[in-house]
Amino acid sequence: MTTAPAKEQFDVIIVGAGPAGSVAALLSARAGLKVLLLERGEYPGAKNVSGAVFYGSAILNQLIPNWWEQAPVERYICRRDIAFMSPTTAVALDFRSAGAGYATAPYNGFTVLRPKFDRWLAAQAEAAGAFLLTSAVVDDVLRENGRIVGVRVRREQGEIYAKVVIACDGVNSFLAKKAGLQREFHSHELSLGVKEVLGLDPAIIQDRFHLSGNEGIAFEYLGAITEDVHGGAFLYTNHDSLSLGVIGQVSSLVERRKRSYELLEGFKAHPAVAPLVRGGKLREYSAHLIPESGWSMQPKLYTGGMLVAGDAAGFCLAAGLYLEGMNYAMQSGLAAAETAIVACQRGNFSARTLAIYRKYLKQRHVSTDFRAYRHAPSFVNGPRLQNLYPEMVARGMEQIFRVDGAPKQKILPLAYRMVRQSSIKPGQLLHDVYQVARAYLW
Amino acid sequence: MVMTTHEEKMRTVRFRVAATPHIVVNSEICRNECSVHACVYVCPANLFVPLDDGGILFNYEQCFECGTCYIACNQEGAIRWSYPDGGYGVTFRES
Repeated sequence: MTTAPAKEQFDVIIVGAGPAGSVAALLSARAGLKVLLLERGEYPGAKNVSGAVFYGSAILNQLIPNWWEQAPVERYICRRDIAFMSPTTAVALDFRSAGAGYATAPYNGFTVLRPKFDRWLAAQAEAAGAFLLTSAVVDDVLRENGRIVGVRVRREQGEIYAKVVIACDGVNSFLAKKAGLQREFHSHELSLGVKEVLGLDPAIIQDRFHLSGNEGIAFEYLGAITEDVHGGAFLYTNHDSLSLGVIGQVSSLVERRKRSYELLEGFKAHPAVAPLVRGGKLREYSAHLIPESGWSMQPKLYTGGMLVAGDAAGFCLAAGLYLEGMNYAMQSGLAAAETAIVACQRGNFSARTLAIYRKYLKQRHVSTDFRAYRHAPSFVNGPRLQNLYPEMVARGMEQIFRVDGAPKQKILPLAYRMVRQSSIKPGQLLHDVYQVARAYLW
Repeated sequence: MVMTTHEEKMRTVRFRVAATPHIVVNSEICRNECSVHACVYVCPANLFVPLDDGGILFNYEQCFECGTCYIACNQEGAIRWSYPDGGYGVTFRES
């Protein structure tokens, strides 16, 4: 059987105008490639939800110097809390820095509203010469001679050809599955995030969170906040609103028969949270899946004519101390673009040539970070680390600070008694201490 | 207005409803082969309604397109889903 050579209308087709897709389009277009960026939403960001703190400022600054001066950012993060909760108590580790890179350019992180930020970012790709087509949903890849040569958009004459396709179509990546690169997921590998944006006067936000000007906070919560569902909660400040939400492992929500939006109401009503959200007026409710399992759910990252980046490739680091996705989306998008540029220079789009993607992912610290933290997600996102221990810390502090005429207890016997009273076995505890150390310390 | 009902939450979300559903539930499977009905609990938009006969009624109009129902469903083939036509479905403005 003979097949005519593919009608290559574009050098690169990028599916999905989120942070991975838009920076891939930007870099490819700057290199002089003919780029088509496809987005199924009415505009880029229309389908996208995250917390959203964007920790990739330094990365984006290399592409667009002082990008925050022109982009729709909310507040830069100068303060982060990790709080351990019991139903009545909170114990928080409070981090605040006015140090270099936190309170000065390029800043460590910014809160953003995704529909605004993603739209701006896609416009930068357009300005660099990429062609953006919105309201275009991609149903399948096109193959010729065993290689992927384009995509099928759901419309009349929707077959569009390219030398390289980069799938940046998000956590549910239909494209990676159609290309045979990704398997079906298990419900313990993904978490559901539900979120609200509550409007609040900027002056109240500043007073309430001890902020000046454009400073902002990122608070994260573990423990009894999600009841017995494995997960956590977050609260971030925007310019004139708060973004807050609850994240729950899908399998755990099913097992416990808990509704995520009811957990969200419980979070807002917690005595440590209620005063922070008081007076907020609901502007928008949203929900999205999070690929929380990192390393273990990553697809095969390339095949002849195609690469996978961003959430579609599972590049989301959800590991206790870290809750980062957009930065890795951008790093992997850039690595994919670098790969496409080299492939176009060589005129070769085989899997063998595209394998150079691995090298670029390593250079951009994507695969190295995910490898380093490969033990963290399955363990940190489990019941003891996310629920049991944080709650025990909160309950323990309640005991330690209590003055009620009873004799003071020393901490070790108190801790011993609490462990004895819980469902945790001493062997389990030792194992967990080792796991935490292995996940974070070395 | 900090505490809100699910109905109040959903009223803040903008949807452009497509003519055809992008998610199809095979209620026969829900009725005969599934006793868990995980979809009823996990859907953040609360779109799965259990029926008296054990089946499931699904409203696609206010779907977030998150995929949680598909991931949570333990019965092969009970939920068939794709994305709505381009430009249709949920359109977030502030998230």
